[in-house]
Amino acid sequence: MIINLLLLIALTIGALWSVLKADLVKAAIALAVTSIILTILMFRFASPLAAVFELSVCAGLITVIFMSTISLTKYRTPQQEEVRQQSRDRRYAALPVLVIAAAGVLTLVGIPMNFALPQAAAVGDVRSVLWNERQLDLLGQMLVILAGFFGISVLFKSKVKAVGRAGAALVRGELPTTATVGDKSQTTVPEMAESRH
Amino acid sequence: MSSLLILVPLIGVLILNLPLGFVKRLAFPFALALAFAQAGLAIFSPLDLWNRVLVTFGGFEAFNLVVDRLSIVLLLSIAIVLFATLLVGWATLQDEKKKFDFANLLILAVVGMNGIVMVRDLFSLYIFLEVVGVTSFVLISLDRDKAGLEGSFKYLILSAVATAMMLTAIALLLMTTGTTSFAGVAAALKSPSYLTVLAVSIFVGGLSIKGGLVPFHGWLPDAYSSAPAGVSVLLAGVVTKTTGIYTVIRLVTTVFGFTPQVKAVLLFVGALSIVVGALAALGQKDFKRMLAYSSISQMGYIILSLGTGSALGIAGAVFHLFNHAIFKTQLFVNAAAVEEQTGTRDMDVMGGLSARMPVTGTTSVVAFLSTAGIPPLSGFWSKLIIIVAVWVSGYHMYAALALLASLITCAYFLSMQRRVFFGTLVEEFKTIKEAKLGILIPEVVLALITIGVGVLFPHILNTFILPIQSILG
Repeated sequence: MIINLLLLIALTIGALWSVLKADLVKAAIALAVTSIILTILMFRFASPLAAVFELSVCAGLITVIFMSTISLTKYRTPQQEEVRQQSRDRRYAALPVLVIAAAGVLTLVGIPMNFALPQAAAVGDVRSVLWNERQLDLLGQMLVILAGFFGISVLFKSKVKAVGRAGAALVRGELPTTATVGDKSQTTVPEMAESRH
Repeated sequence: MSSLLILVPLIGVLILNLPLGFVKRLAFPFALALAFAQAGLAIFSPLDLWNRVLVTFGGFEAFNLVVDRLSIVLLLSIAIVLFATLLVGWATLQDEKKKFDFANLLILAVVGMNGIVMVRDLFSLYIFLEVVGVTSFVLISLDRDKAGLEGSFKYLILSAVATAMMLTAIALLLMTTGTTSFAGVAAALKSPSYLTVLAVSIFVGGLSIKGGLVPFHGWLPDAYSSAPAGVSVLLAGVVTKTTGIYTVIRLVTTVFGFTPQVKAVLLFVGALSIVVGALAALGQKDFKRMLAYSSISQMGYIILSLGTGSALGIAGAVFHLFNHAIFKTQLFVNAAAVEEQTGTRDMDVMGGLSARMPVTGTTSVVAFLSTAGIPPLSGFWSKLIIIVAVWVSGYHMYAALALLASLITCAYFLSMQRRVFFGTLVEEFKTIKEAKLGILIPEVVLALITIGVGVLFPHILNTFILPIQSILG
């Protein structure tokens, strides 16, 4: 019980850290640490499969995706970073206080548990639950992944081609024209394409 | 048969994206065929055929999908708006690749919406809401311009908050009831605890964000106005209705029930949306932003009617949902036509456009009169049912408010018509032409539906509207 409580406190601190840090890399790492603590909690609550998914997807894959995306954004100087952190601290200064206050109130008042929880159903194998009982949800998840694929195709694919065309023009010794793709010139996507290094 | 509305479009999208050059040209005809097939099935198929398993392949088709009268109204609305969106998108988008991506995303969005109106499980509902959400984010930012990306980002952030709220509510309901199916949760909610009440409140709050109801409507005007023309038609016509309003109707009537607290909240939120939306629309210069605020106001009527908890109120809410899908789609198609020809959405620089765009001007008048509730158009009948339902349920103040807000609706639409279509033709636009055929066809079709539903109201009342009351069980 004490260990679970300590893990919950660590989880809360990790989550707050990821919100409060202005540096995106540190925030992503804090989020990964939060996921790892949640994984440990899930193991302790006898949900090993959920824990494995949490570790591999949230702590692993999501962090890699965040890092890849962050690497495409503009590099900030230490001065800019400091200004941003100060602004963030001013904006979110009350957040840890609110969390501690809420925890204190809940501890003192207590969460009324005067309702009957339903009988736990016989634990089914994850595979049979996924493939036999929740087929529609699996299909829905396929649809979400397909939609995400089209999102990448729409938002990024043509821009990469345009950059490639501009590069090829330079190699031929021609001056490249403004890289426009489709109907309108791009604004935000090129800003994201600068490397941090 | 209901599962075919999910499986066939999905298989179609997979085939369209095979590395075979010729299949890409089939995107538009395939999507159009889907629209006609879905509309035909919604109008002509008997209810028991919808819920019969027609094709089996390894047990994978046995989804928990159920179609009732309410679902059929939404399926028909989705089909009609898909038809309009497709034609407008094809007429306004220039790039062939963009058209192909648009068609694919549109089909996926329609699959998501079909799933939403047919599922009977909270978690499945959440999954299909996400399908529609992700496709909407991408569609809004299809042009990749600053306004579109900003609108998409606002929608994405607020939608993420909404889905987090809904997931939390689903988790609480699963913990307290042991199930996520509509029937199971409804049975368990007969003896509610404070946690279930909290879960219901959080869930309805999330749906209010999705539906763009006041005070969670902040994302809606930006998303509607900055999206490409065809996408605005889709969003305003059916996306917010399916993801927000239909889901509220379904969950309140089938799962949560009409407790006095639920009714009070729905009535208040509905009335607030009517007034705030109407007043905000009055001050707009941007054509599409005005229509976006008008949508917020009209959706307030639907929620107000639902809040009465009476059979007539629910029938009126669903009828107005359908009518709004038609005339709001019509108005956004008109806006697309005007923007395509003039290159602007600023109503202050327009004037007298109906001299050069007579079809667009005339169909716009039909849509505006229906929105304002002028007989004998469809909007008049649905608003009449709503106001009568609210009045006989004893909420006289709300009924009076709804009636007065109709006057404000009339005012801002008259202002729009005067600034855009009536009066002397502005010098700058003396050479513009009528909209392309791809925009004219949905304009005329939607106007005919608006007139037809209004004129044939007695038949529509007995065939489609009154049977909706069967969802109350």
